[in-house]
Amino acid sequence: MSKRLLAGYALGAVALALAPRFLDAYQVDVLNSAGLYVLLALSLNLILGDAGLFNMGHAAFYAVGAYTAAILNTRFEVPILWALPASGAVAALFAVLVARPVIHLRGDYLLVVTIGLGEIVRIALVNDVGGYTGGSNGIFGIARPELFGAKIRKPQEFLFLIWGFVALTVFLFHRLERSRFGRALTYLREDPVAAEGSGIDTARYRLLAFGLGAAWAGMAGTLYASKMTIISPESFSFWESVQLFLMVILGGSGSIPGVIIGATIVVVMPEIFRDLASARMLFFGLVMMVMMIIRPQGLLPVRGLRFRKAHLAAPPPAPAASPAQAEVSP
Amino acid sequence: MSALLELRHVTRTFGGLTAVGDVSFDVEQGSVVGLIGPNGAGKTTTFNLITGNYKVSRGTIAFEGRPIANRRTNRIVRLGIARTFQNIRLFQQLTAVENVLAGRHCRTGAGLVASLLWPPWQVREERAAVARARAELEFVGLGGRALDLAKNLAYGDQRRLEIARALAADPKLLVLDEPAGGMNEHETDELVGLIGRIRARGVTVLLIEHDMSLVMRACEKIVVLVYGEKVAEGPPEAIQRDPRVIEAYLGTEEGVA
Repeated sequence: MSKRLLAGYALGAVALALAPRFLDAYQVDVLNSAGLYVLLALSLNLILGDAGLFNMGHAAFYAVGAYTAAILNTRFEVPILWALPASGAVAALFAVLVARPVIHLRGDYLLVVTIGLGEIVRIALVNDVGGYTGGSNGIFGIARPELFGAKIRKPQEFLFLIWGFVALTVFLFHRLERSRFGRALTYLREDPVAAEGSGIDTARYRLLAFGLGAAWAGMAGTLYASKMTIISPESFSFWESVQLFLMVILGGSGSIPGVIIGATIVVVMPEIFRDLASARMLFFGLVMMVMMIIRPQGLLPVRGLRFRKAHLAAPPPAPAASPAQAEVSP
Repeated sequence: MSALLELRHVTRTFGGLTAVGDVSFDVEQGSVVGLIGPNGAGKTTTFNLITGNYKVSRGTIAFEGRPIANRRTNRIVRLGIARTFQNIRLFQQLTAVENVLAGRHCRTGAGLVASLLWPPWQVREERAAVARARAELEFVGLGGRALDLAKNLAYGDQRRLEIARALAADPKLLVLDEPAGGMNEHETDELVGLIGRIRARGVTVLLIEHDMSLVMRACEKIVVLVYGEKVAEGPPEAIQRDPRVIEAYLGTEEGVA
């Protein structure tokens, strides 16, 4: 991680920590919702940005996580934060199962399939499949999270829970992108044939990308359920998936700081332009169009953020595995 | 004694077209073997059959005595066959060292959890992988270009970067598809030297090449394909004199050899 990026994160953390002093409860709540979308967008970024798999049904995994947590909490009285790993695991399992038969599809074909997937999940929830999801009313009475014996209730308390989880996620995902697993996803995006030809099991990594992305979306769903205490299918509409897609592309596909900025803008901007009333979405759409024309690579593109001099570490290369370089040309 | 790679009656048809028909040849351990033939002779198809990119219609391919036909490409790389591509397939937006690290993937083990949490063994493994990648860059003569994006490298350098990526996978057999394509004479000379050094490392080489001067200098055995069938096999001198080869191939390119 470069010094500039680190400084940016530190600045962001300080700003968030001080936010409750200067903002009212509603504004803090907007920040909370931005935090949730940052989590979701970062999880989609693994699939869409890193692995290059067009997934426009990400809300399905978010929904599976949220409903898993809600059912565990309301029916089996599992504390909501304890449900976090369970909902992540269920969402991952669901993603791997449904992605398995379609994972070989490319680009726009996969996009269409994932749109279908998102709709199927939403409609299944509306129809109360299995009698667990509460139909179109959803599930209510979900408990607030408890951390070290203290109940988290107020928006400013949620601010720390949600953005704390964001910080953990950013830390882990930066590690991921600079390790064997993250690189494999990048190779897969850049050229699947060359990746396979270099010894990377591309089919496996496609599935793992979906699994990990879904697990994180599922955990974000848990936080969402505990924040709202009520969830219903309309929270997981196609529009949610579209917005998440937008956040990743707008911020910079594959770039963690870019996606954070993209998600924050997509959540906060419509709030700022609230005075424009019904015209605000029009304005919002216009900004998106202009962005894609003048800066299609996103606000903070990934180039120059990944492998840099410091990562080469080590002393000057000693070709241990290879014989000393002889003078060439016979 | 069995050869490192053995093709027996290998056939591949695309619909009614026989791209490769009943081809058999051996690649002996430690040798440099050239596969030549006019355009459309089925050379690259043969490579794609060996590396698992295409399915074999009939026949068998054995590597170290083990059948490998129709296995998935990444499995075959793991077994020890790495390749380069005719139309360079680098990860253009990534740095040279990241490209080479791709080859290291199948010889390292950090999975999802280790990649998230970085336990000490993962950090050590990563450091070793980067050091090895840099050593391979040095080996092919790109030592100073580790942090350059692949797309910013000159054409000849891109070809050598592909070789470095393949070598990073610890192959026993390196399969090069037109390694001198687009290279000038000087670069081709360097490439002959590089192939010699690869061989000195104990890596067996199988290559497709149109540049006859390179094939004649670098290879000790040449297999000639014409219209998907093997017409000749032997040492360079014999191939140069073989009337069938001259008729089918060399005869049309006078003075090249």
